[in-house]
Amino acid sequence: MAPTDPNHARPIGDDPSSPIAPATAGRRSSAGRTGSDHRSDPVRLEMSWYEASARQRVAAFLDADTFEEFVGPTERAMSPHLPLFELPRAFDDGIVVGRGRLDGKPVLVAAQEGRFMGGAFGEVHGAKLVGLLRAALEVRPAAVLILFDTGGVRLQEANAGETAIAEAMRAITEVRAAGIPVVGLIGGRAGAYGGGGLIAGTCARLAVSESGRISVSGPEVIETNRGAEEFDSRDRALVWRTMGGKHRRLTGGADAYVADTVAAFRDAALDLIARAPAFDLATLEAEQARLEARLTRFGTCRDGADIWARLGINDAQAVPAMTDAAFTEIAAGVPEASHDAR
Amino acid sequence: MESLTFRHTTQKPLPGTKREAITGVVASGNLEVLLERVLAPDACEVAVETAINGYGDVWEAVVADFVARAQPGGLRISINDGGARPDTVALRLLQGVRLMEA
Repeated sequence: MAPTDPNHARPIGDDPSSPIAPATAGRRSSAGRTGSDHRSDPVRLEMSWYEASARQRVAAFLDADTFEEFVGPTERAMSPHLPLFELPRAFDDGIVVGRGRLDGKPVLVAAQEGRFMGGAFGEVHGAKLVGLLRAALEVRPAAVLILFDTGGVRLQEANAGETAIAEAMRAITEVRAAGIPVVGLIGGRAGAYGGGGLIAGTCARLAVSESGRISVSGPEVIETNRGAEEFDSRDRALVWRTMGGKHRRLTGGADAYVADTVAAFRDAALDLIARAPAFDLATLEAEQARLEARLTRFGTCRDGADIWARLGINDAQAVPAMTDAAFTEIAAGVPEASHDAR
Repeated sequence: MESLTFRHTTQKPLPGTKREAITGVVASGNLEVLLERVLAPDACEVAVETAINGYGDVWEAVVADFVARAQPGGLRISINDGGARPDTVALRLLQGVRLMEA
C-alpha cells in the first residue's frame, strides 16, 4: 500500500491508499470546464470512477469542498438486521447522501458503496436515499444525482429493501414531476442491478461507462433460474454484450456513454441535467412507444451483437473492443441511441 | 461477531484539529476506521466490531503497537471489520490518524 498523502485529505471519508488507477483511455476534454476555474481538483478528476470508493467519487465529482453529508458515519445509522446474521455493519450502511455544488449549482447527491454488501439496499440504506429524494421537494436543487453501485436488495433485510425500492421510485417520479431532474451515473463494479436497475429506469437521464452494467436480474440469478445454457454467468463477454454500458447506450437504455474518469461523469452529468426531459404525459407516451418499437424490432434477437447489427452497425462484432472514442462516434450515428423519452 | 474495546493512555495528544475522519470500506479482507476527537487529550479508545471471532489477542497487539507509534491522544476510534489481516488493520489505523492530523 502507498503511504498516505495529507495533501489529498478531505473533510471526511477518504481512502488515500486505495489503488486508484489513472484512467487514460478516451478521456473527454474537460479542461475547458475544469481547468479554467477552481471548482474542482484536476488530480482527482483524473481518477478512475470504477476504482474509487463512494466517498472518493462524491468528493471528486462535486465542486471542491462543497459536499455536506447528511446522516454521516458519526451518527452511526447502521443496519438493525445484519447483526442477526453475524455480519459486520457499516457506519453509513453503504450509502453516502448529502448536498453540494456542481459547477456552482446546488445539487443533492447519493452515492452507493459497491464494495459493502455489493452496494445492496437495506432498510437504512434505502431510507437515506428516499429521505434525500423527498428532501429535494423542499430544497429544490438544480438536480438530484444518484451514483449507482448496487446488486439490488440486500437479502438479509429483503422486505425493508424492497419497500425502499418502491418508495425511491415513487419519490423520483414526484421529484421529476416537480421539475427537478434526477440523473443516474453508472460505472461502479456492482453496476445497477435488481431494484437498483428499476430505480435507474425511473431516472430522467442515465450516464454509463463501459464497465457499468444496468439490468434487473443479474447474470447469476438468470443462470440459477434458467440454467447455464440460457445464460452462462461466467461468460463475461456475454454479460457485457447483454447488460454492459456500450449495449445500453446503443439501445437508448443510457443517454450518455463516458470514459471511466470522474471528469467524464461530471461533464456528462452537467450535460444531462441541462437536457433532461419534462416529466409529462407526452414523455411517458414517447417512452411507451419507444419500448414497444424496441420489442418489435429486436424481440427475436439472440445476442447483443444481433441487435447492434440490426441497428445498422457494420462490424457489430467489433463493438466490445472499440475504444471509447471510436464507440462514441458509432453511437452518435445510431438513431435509437438518442430519444426524447423516458 | 465479536466486540472488543481497548483503552490506552498516551503520552501526548494527536496534533491537528480535525474533529472526525473515516477511511476504508467494510468488505472481505477490509475494514472501515472511524476516528473522532472526543476524548481527553491523553486518552485513546479503540472499539472493534469484527465478523471473525477468536482473534482478540492479535487485535490487542496491533492496537497497542499502533498507539505506541501514533500517540493518538484524544481519539475514539471505531472499527467495523470484514476480516482484514493485521497488516491491513495497522495501515488503515495509520491512514486514519494521518487524516486527523490534517
